[in-house]
Amino acid sequence: MEYLNLFIKSIFVDNMIFAYFLGMCSYLAVSKNVKTASGLGLAVIFVLFVTLPINYLLNKYVLLPGALSWLGDSFKDVDLSFLSFIIFIAVIAAITQLVEMVVEKFAPALYASLGIYLPLIAVNCAILGGSLFMQNKDFVNVGESAVYALGSGIGWFLAIVTLAAIREKMQYSNVPPALKGIGIAFITVGLMAMAFMTFMGISL
Amino acid sequence: MNANLKETILNPILKGNPITVLVLGICSSLAVTVEMKGALVMALSVTIVTGLSSFVLSILRNTIPNRVRIIVQLVVVALMVILVDQILKAYAYGIDKQLSVYIGLIITNCIVMGRIEAFALGNKPIPSLLDGLANGVGYGLILVVMSFFRELFGSGTLLGIRIIPESFYAAGYMNNGLVILPPMALILIGCIIWIQRGIQKDLQEK
Repeated sequence: MEYLNLFIKSIFVDNMIFAYFLGMCSYLAVSKNVKTASGLGLAVIFVLFVTLPINYLLNKYVLLPGALSWLGDSFKDVDLSFLSFIIFIAVIAAITQLVEMVVEKFAPALYASLGIYLPLIAVNCAILGGSLFMQNKDFVNVGESAVYALGSGIGWFLAIVTLAAIREKMQYSNVPPALKGIGIAFITVGLMAMAFMTFMGISL
Repeated sequence: MNANLKETILNPILKGNPITVLVLGICSSLAVTVEMKGALVMALSVTIVTGLSSFVLSILRNTIPNRVRIIVQLVVVALMVILVDQILKAYAYGIDKQLSVYIGLIITNCIVMGRIEAFALGNKPIPSLLDGLANGVGYGLILVVMSFFRELFGSGTLLGIRIIPESFYAAGYMNNGLVILPPMALILIGCIIWIQRGIQKDLQEK
């Protein structure tokens, strides 16, 4: 039940886009049609789900103050938390590279549709943001962090696919010239965020 | 100062503004603009990180193999962000806590990576430094404008100082709670783009 609660919350209430604006750059740049948007969305779910539990374990057993005590008493006072940014981004960059190579080798069809987005994901704020939020949230075990990653990824996917669908339809509407393109996209996202605010306070 | 250098500095501030024209670095610009103080600190941090990492990578540009350049860039940028974060933790702990993850997210801020890819890897160190700093200033400008409206109408203060007098509240004036919430940030930036493109017609999309 706790897992379900965390899952629903991370999709709707703490939505990466509408509550924290994470991954906004690629969100706006790649949401022009539904097909590419869902490709990027899937890639984000996948990379978040792989990197976040790894970063959780690294944070718990290497980075936090006293985390290295399993190495022996002399490591009890070591505090490596200032290294967390560089470790997290290195893990994310390495994993995306690895995932890209594995997908290319074993699933060429998937690679053809996801391929170009995978390298982009290393610099997507949503992925690093997920790891940094994980640090603040004090999850008790690796399962919780995996559920959180899956929920956040699905929330991001949902947001980008809906925006892409709206923007596809919006091509036929008569928008003031100065608002065309990116301006109206921002206002649309604002209205969608307002709609998502109605989920606030949901808990199971 | 020659014309080319002047163009490098002036272009990112209005005509090629990273937020409203290139649409880079949106995440943090929306999240940290609830209060002006946080926005100023964020703008300063981004300016320093963009400038210094452009400078360093421009020095290294002929020695980095093309295939691994993203990793090298990330390491240099992460190093700069760690420095900024540690300095903020030491001298402005409250603001560091308030900006929470968004300081760390400067690493993946598209402005930093975008300027390195687009400018620093093809230019000499000094112009790269100036380009990075100028883009940071262009980013900061939008942050200040947005946080001005959001703090004034959302909390009735500016930089923490009360602007709207108590007598207004006594007469029934109320702070607009919606301005502080995420949706209004998006709509506000849409309006800023609207105004800018209304004035500079050549930026309008077909």
